[in-house]
Amino acid sequence: MADNKKLKEDVLAISGVNVRKCMKCGKCSGTCPSYGEMEYHPHQFVSMVESGDIEKLMQSESIYKCLSCMACVERCPRGVEPGKLVEAIRLISIRRKDANRLTPDRISELLDEDMPQQALVTAFRKYTK
Amino acid sequence: MKVSYYPGCTLRNKAKELDRCARECAQILGFELCEIENWQCCGGAYTSSTDEIATKLSSVRALKAAGELDRPLITVCSACHNVIKRTNLAMKEEEFAGKVNAYMAQDADFTTPYGGETEVYHYLEFLRDKIGFDSVKEKVKNPLTGRKIAAYYGCLLLRPSKAMAFDDPENPTVLEDFIRALGAEPVIYPARNECCGGYVVLEDKDSAKRKSATVSESAKGHGADSIVTACPLCRYNLMKSGSELPVVYFTELLAEALGAKEAENG
Repeated sequence: MADNKKLKEDVLAISGVNVRKCMKCGKCSGTCPSYGEMEYHPHQFVSMVESGDIEKLMQSESIYKCLSCMACVERCPRGVEPGKLVEAIRLISIRRKDANRLTPDRISELLDEDMPQQALVTAFRKYTK
Repeated sequence: MKVSYYPGCTLRNKAKELDRCARECAQILGFELCEIENWQCCGGAYTSSTDEIATKLSSVRALKAAGELDRPLITVCSACHNVIKRTNLAMKEEEFAGKVNAYMAQDADFTTPYGGETEVYHYLEFLRDKIGFDSVKEKVKNPLTGRKIAAYYGCLLLRPSKAMAFDDPENPTVLEDFIRALGAEPVIYPARNECCGGYVVLEDKDSAKRKSATVSESAKGHGADSIVTACPLCRYNLMKSGSELPVVYFTELLAEALGAKEAENG
């Protein structure tokens, strides 16, 4: 339980998000282009962080479905910015496990000759520590 | 007029046209893109978490290099622009800047701390605010008359608007005004500021395909004959999603209208 409290503090601190500002309108999830691919949706990130239910989020594939498109951040009428929570939880997850989501040896199978370098460097920044 | 220029990794490789046309058109429009020395990759994505320091260093070095020459820093790639602009804003916060400068102080050529002083412009923003679309229009040799062009903003140019301060995030106009200046007709369509699927394409091609297809079908459904973008990854995702419309870089369009580019497309 103590660990859970620490985890919540860490997520809030590095994301800079105040989950208590949320008025639960659901606009973040309504505007999320990855909604259909997520187990937990942006509004659930907010409510589950508030209730301290962060381990489930860390174990979920949902943290890798976020496109960082900032639609939820831009369109939240309360300025809660759920995308920053997703980012913080993904970071804590890849840092803690010391197991990167993406390793260089997989790159050749994922590439094609047209793929811009931008895709690779961005994926490494998002998936690797 | 000389401005500092940050091309970024993709403009040196898969998006050479985006870079070449930007440089050629700048000359025609009366400014010179001076590439900063020894630039490093921006990393492609800004990490919003407040304890991410090292991932900001390459952007800060670029910003600082431009600042030391007392020039604004111009970017062309949407991703580089997003990372560098947001980093610059973060550097205006004293606590964050203090941590970054503590790292920077270990650089051999470190002189003074950086505090977000450099002005950052996207090339489009520079045309709009410093050159003026009226002046661009005067230099057009081959007006793109009769073309219906869909401006695709995607995410990175516009969001988060608090940091990007580029245009209205929900009803942007800069690309449409740019298209008009070149003599073509802009097509307004609902998906113009939605995401193409981004870097997730690396591990989930179908996900990116669905998102990009939504964009290209929306543009086509509203009568566009082509799509224009500033982002290499948007272009890639749209092309791979089977877009029936050609997807071109905004600098290619500019080069065509200004007569900088040979008539490649007939």
